[in-house]
Amino acid sequence: MRSRPNLLRSASRLGAILPAVALAAIVVELAVKAWPAVVVNGFGFLTHTPWIPGDFYAPVTHTHGVAHPAGAAYGALPLIVGTVAASAIAVLLAVPVSIGAALVVVEKLPRRLAAVVGLALELLAGIPSVVFGLWGAITFGPFLAHHLSPFIAAHAPNVWGLRFLRGSTGSGEGLLTSGVVLAIMIVPIVASTARDLFAQVPRLPKEGAEALGMTTWEVARKVSLPWVRSGLIGACVLGLARALGETIAVAMVSGSVLGANPHNLYSTMTTIAATIVSQLDSALTDSTGFALNTLAEASLLLVAITLVANLGARALVKRTSGLAVPVGRGI
Amino acid sequence: MSIRRKTANFASWALGFVALALIVVPSISVIGGVVSRALPHWRWSVLTTPPKGLAGGLESELVGTLVLVVGVALLAGIVGVLSGIYLAEYVPAGKGGLLRMASNLLAGVPSIVLGYVGYVALVVGLGWGFSLGAGVLILSILVVPYIAKTTETALRQVPTSYRDGAEALGMAPGYAMRRITLRSALPGVATGIIVALAISLGETAPLLYTAGFSAGLPRAALTHAPVGYLTYAVWTFFNQPQASAHILAYDAALILLAVVVVLIVVSRLLVAWTQRHSERSSGR
Repeated sequence: MRSRPNLLRSASRLGAILPAVALAAIVVELAVKAWPAVVVNGFGFLTHTPWIPGDFYAPVTHTHGVAHPAGAAYGALPLIVGTVAASAIAVLLAVPVSIGAALVVVEKLPRRLAAVVGLALELLAGIPSVVFGLWGAITFGPFLAHHLSPFIAAHAPNVWGLRFLRGSTGSGEGLLTSGVVLAIMIVPIVASTARDLFAQVPRLPKEGAEALGMTTWEVARKVSLPWVRSGLIGACVLGLARALGETIAVAMVSGSVLGANPHNLYSTMTTIAATIVSQLDSALTDSTGFALNTLAEASLLLVAITLVANLGARALVKRTSGLAVPVGRGI
Repeated sequence: MSIRRKTANFASWALGFVALALIVVPSISVIGGVVSRALPHWRWSVLTTPPKGLAGGLESELVGTLVLVVGVALLAGIVGVLSGIYLAEYVPAGKGGLLRMASNLLAGVPSIVLGYVGYVALVVGLGWGFSLGAGVLILSILVVPYIAKTTETALRQVPTSYRDGAEALGMAPGYAMRRITLRSALPGVATGIIVALAISLGETAPLLYTAGFSAGLPRAALTHAPVGYLTYAVWTFFNQPQASAHILAYDAALILLAVVVVLIVVSRLLVAWTQRHSERSSGR
């Protein structure tokens, strides 16, 4: 049959190219906007702590030909530290809990109950981040500040490494609250992937291990877990990427403090994403546009950090693709 | 079996159940917290009363959210489904890696970065102002990769025998594509779109500086007319001192949860329908 030009074919090709065009436009726009800030802020952007927009009413200063308010000095170190620390807490809390829960759901729960938990995870994944922020700010933060944090702070041993857990416990806005809220937000990603992976482990090796006299937990740990390990790592990194980029929930529970690194587990802090959303408003009042440029630089930094996490996930997930059962491929 | 290993087995599974509880209890607390704070003050007039400072209702936010979501369903739905069709059906074997990678990378861009770019490029750069157009475009960029991915997956799951049968019957490729392949993949595609709508419904960060905010009902204009949305009410009202603002924040959160639940139920029904469909078809 003669193949004639197909409208659907050309339309769908256009549809497939548009996301690539959008991505290119975003990267170019960010790079163009960020360039003046990169020139002025220099390498110190990654290592300095103060976040000083400068004097918007004083005469404009020029550095390397870029106009900016007098005294402007931006350092993103606290934002980087906050982003990485809150996400690390989230991953450290969410991963073991998700894997343990997924094992219980697959191996121990009756089918009906497992389906209910699956539905709950789906619901949890669909809850808007403002609702998590609301919960963290009004329900969980105060609970943490009044009950949990003072307890941890009082009982943590005063040795190097654990000193970070001691000291004033604040009002419930801060690093620990952000980390826990982020943890709950990434649990659905990690737990539902872990559940699907564990359910795909073939029965034969598990039965073989049991026949050798292993307990059910030993089977789970020594057969199921290694079987799906790389897939689990991929899910964890996807969760990490989600935590790194989360904005609103963190902005609601972190205390949004600029220019200072968190000094202990409970201190107020901010992340790159939360800073962009909370500072964009005031950046618009900088007539030189330099504050806006700096936020573009912060955006690029966040994209870079997230990209590294995402590429890691993709590389790891690719290795497990042999495990996925091809569905409905004829025969 | 030694006592020690038995105890370890028991203790480990007990820890597993604790882990499950650590997921279930906060989930109940998140949802229960919203429901228990919103329901005692709930009045249906919230849905039909326009906002008035820190009091009044959520009518404009509700309508604004619906308009935004419909816009995303149209724009992202069309582009995403077309993109998925191209990647699943028309890309020559071994090609399309670059397009897929672009889509994956786009999915990894944090939503606040999209919001920032929307502000500098659309609101200021193109002079659209805070507007429906900017909000819909940015939300669409956010969810297009997701719709493309689910569409591609759904199309790949259509049994080869369907395509072979259509070809054997002498159907033109375009006709077979429309009538056989796309039709069988439809529930999967629809599920993807529904989940994408749930995502865009709950977004705040990309909207704050693109859609802006308006206390009035959305106007029939794509540019120069800001739009209200429900997540904005939660984000701005939750830390105001007034009790009326708190109530509105929780009302907005409750409405958002209710819509998400409805969307999940619909997607579940679609998945169940798909499975029944594919089970029937797989019996040769």
